[in-house]
Amino acid sequence: MTRTPLLEVDHLTMRFGGLIAVNDISFTAYDREITAIIGPNGAGKTTVFNCLTGFYNAPVGRLRLTGARGEFLLERMDGFRIAQKAGVARTFQNIRLFPRMTVLENLIVAQHNKLMAASGYTVAGLFGLRSYREAEREAIDLARSWLDRLGLTAQADWEAGNLPYGSQRRLEIARAMCTKPVLLCLDEPAAGLNPRESAELRELLTEIRDRHRIGVLLIEHDMSVVMGISDHIVVLDYGRLIADGTPAEVRSDPAVIRAYLGEEETDQIPPEVARDLRQEGRA
Amino acid sequence: MDVRALLKDAGLAAFVTFMLALPMIGFQTVDVSGGVGITVVTRFGDVAISVVLVFFGRLALSLLQQSNWRLPLLALSAGIALGLPLLKTQAHYPVITWLTVIASAVIAIRAAWLTFDVSGVVGRDESNRMGDAAAFVGRWFGPVFVVFALIFPFLPTTSRYVLDLGILVLTYVMLGWGLNVVVGLAGLLDLGYVAFYAVGAYSYAIIARDFGLTFWACLPLAGLFAAFFGVILGFPVLRLRGDYLAIVTLGFGEIIRIVLLNWTSFSGGPNGISGVPRPSFLGMPFHPNPPEGTTSFHQFFNIDFSAEHRIVFLYYLILVLALVTNFFTLRIRRLPIGRAWEALREDEIACRALGINPTNTKLTAFAIGAMFAGFAGAFFATRQGFISPESFSFIESAVILAIVVLGGMGSQIGVVLAAILLIGIPEFFRELAQFRMLAFGAAMVGIMIWRPRGLLAHRDPSIRLADSAGAGR
Repeated sequence: MTRTPLLEVDHLTMRFGGLIAVNDISFTAYDREITAIIGPNGAGKTTVFNCLTGFYNAPVGRLRLTGARGEFLLERMDGFRIAQKAGVARTFQNIRLFPRMTVLENLIVAQHNKLMAASGYTVAGLFGLRSYREAEREAIDLARSWLDRLGLTAQADWEAGNLPYGSQRRLEIARAMCTKPVLLCLDEPAAGLNPRESAELRELLTEIRDRHRIGVLLIEHDMSVVMGISDHIVVLDYGRLIADGTPAEVRSDPAVIRAYLGEEETDQIPPEVARDLRQEGRA
Repeated sequence: MDVRALLKDAGLAAFVTFMLALPMIGFQTVDVSGGVGITVVTRFGDVAISVVLVFFGRLALSLLQQSNWRLPLLALSAGIALGLPLLKTQAHYPVITWLTVIASAVIAIRAAWLTFDVSGVVGRDESNRMGDAAAFVGRWFGPVFVVFALIFPFLPTTSRYVLDLGILVLTYVMLGWGLNVVVGLAGLLDLGYVAFYAVGAYSYAIIARDFGLTFWACLPLAGLFAAFFGVILGFPVLRLRGDYLAIVTLGFGEIIRIVLLNWTSFSGGPNGISGVPRPSFLGMPFHPNPPEGTTSFHQFFNIDFSAEHRIVFLYYLILVLALVTNFFTLRIRRLPIGRAWEALREDEIACRALGINPTNTKLTAFAIGAMFAGFAGAFFATRQGFISPESFSFIESAVILAIVVLGGMGSQIGVVLAAILLIGIPEFFRELAQFRMLAFGAAMVGIMIWRPRGLLAHRDPSIRLADSAGAGR
């Protein structure tokens, strides 16, 4: 199988004041593959996501998405247009459902742009035209297929905020999928899940890759998920890319081991620091 | 049962009452005859009565926790509530009598609630029960309200004064429903809503005065202008949320009022605009001697002229406008734009991640909310016949917002109940004279204690899987 590049990240850099959160990162995520971004806390993983989905505007770098909907330069687009036009959907580290709307409504809101056009930007919908009613039925069918897949059909009319935590996580993924994306970005989807739920999640993600045939970009700390389902892993540490390869390659990479387990004490003071110290001593 | 604890609790409540009542009730300043100054009159008797009443009221409420005390207390408090108005004591202490009756009624209701609804308390939690009650109220009281509102002008008890009050309440119901779009659905806290009301009123007055258009031609224009101002307000506040949004909208409301106050050549300044044209019924004016070439309403229907025809017409006009607002809102809630408003209220960041354009969504909410205020403003102008910036002060915005919050954010029936309470009760309590606002304040405090999320805090889903599956297959 030939790999088609879906997202090409080139020299992405993001600064917050004096802090360089993401420093000159380049990698490629392929279509119909699960690409995991891992790294210790504060490595800049979520910042990459936020640049990608338009929440931050990166000053340096290029984010090129070549998907079924065409070619887009994400760094130049507004946040909501990235989801609307380019087809990048995401979930959040701390779940962001619409808690006081029902489970079904959450999935219908995700299909807003399609329904908005079908409702003639509200005018046709106000008069209950047939075309709008059909579009709404299709939207419900799509939502229903996801509810059936997640086993949440019985809870469809519950307020989303009342669902158990694990179901909320899965509902957020289903909501993102209801936007019919070409790239799905998941920010720590397994956080707080028990081992059984985490196994279910692995199954769901491989199914999204294989049946819905889209690319998945994943930030995760749970190594059973990362190593079990990823086709490709990118490792960040202190905003730099330190490794990029298959799970097996990454697992045996000395730089990755050092980043996760810490360096051995044999390491001397870094040369530049030593030089600064000498200069200070002289002054 | 711990008698000492009960007495201590009731005594504490009585003590608090004493501390509050001594300065507020105990001393009254009155003019010395001849107008040379004021003197202080003491009313320690009233203070003592209040303290005793609070003591026993508190005791009764505590005793309600004991099931064997409920029935006797129910009988006693109901007896007091019903019997006291019949006694002659009213003449001496009207306020005290009123308060005693109300307090006894509250205790009686509470006792009845606890006595007959034990099964409801066990097993189901409070919020769920409230939700069911609200859904029930929504389903049955809505049509009842509409029917009542339709026959209201023809009830024998309806005087001119009561009908005017009805018009006033309906105006606030319409404003509350309009603001509900902005605050209840889209979650944008707007403290300057009265600005759009003013824009609507002045649009109608000025267009009718300078271009001679009729009310029905001006009504859409007034809505359009108000919506336009809604968008103008919307743009600078797109990035603001919560407190900051509230401050800017508050400022916007004041800007409109101050411009109207100072731009004399345009709006007449503090003198306002008088002689705003009255509405006509299909082109037929309500006038005893219609101008040449027109037929008056009473001539056409061949009935005697009565000044009340116009009032009844105005009543139905605002009823129709309010119902249009209601049905429009109910309908748009079930459309993508309405769901996007609610989603925006819940989580703006998630909305953006789903490709919802937050700019357009917010601006439409502001524009549609403002449009209804514009309609209500045009109605206000034609009803009063005179408008001035005085009518559009901040307190109006506060009252409208209070109606929305008190009714339960997003609840349409709640707005009706809250408008009746907020506008109607101060009128009904006129008998209480200077204690009117005290009773009003007490009612507000009571509602916020017992219904912290508003009178009817219940959200009906905009779509249900059960319904759609039944209809679709």
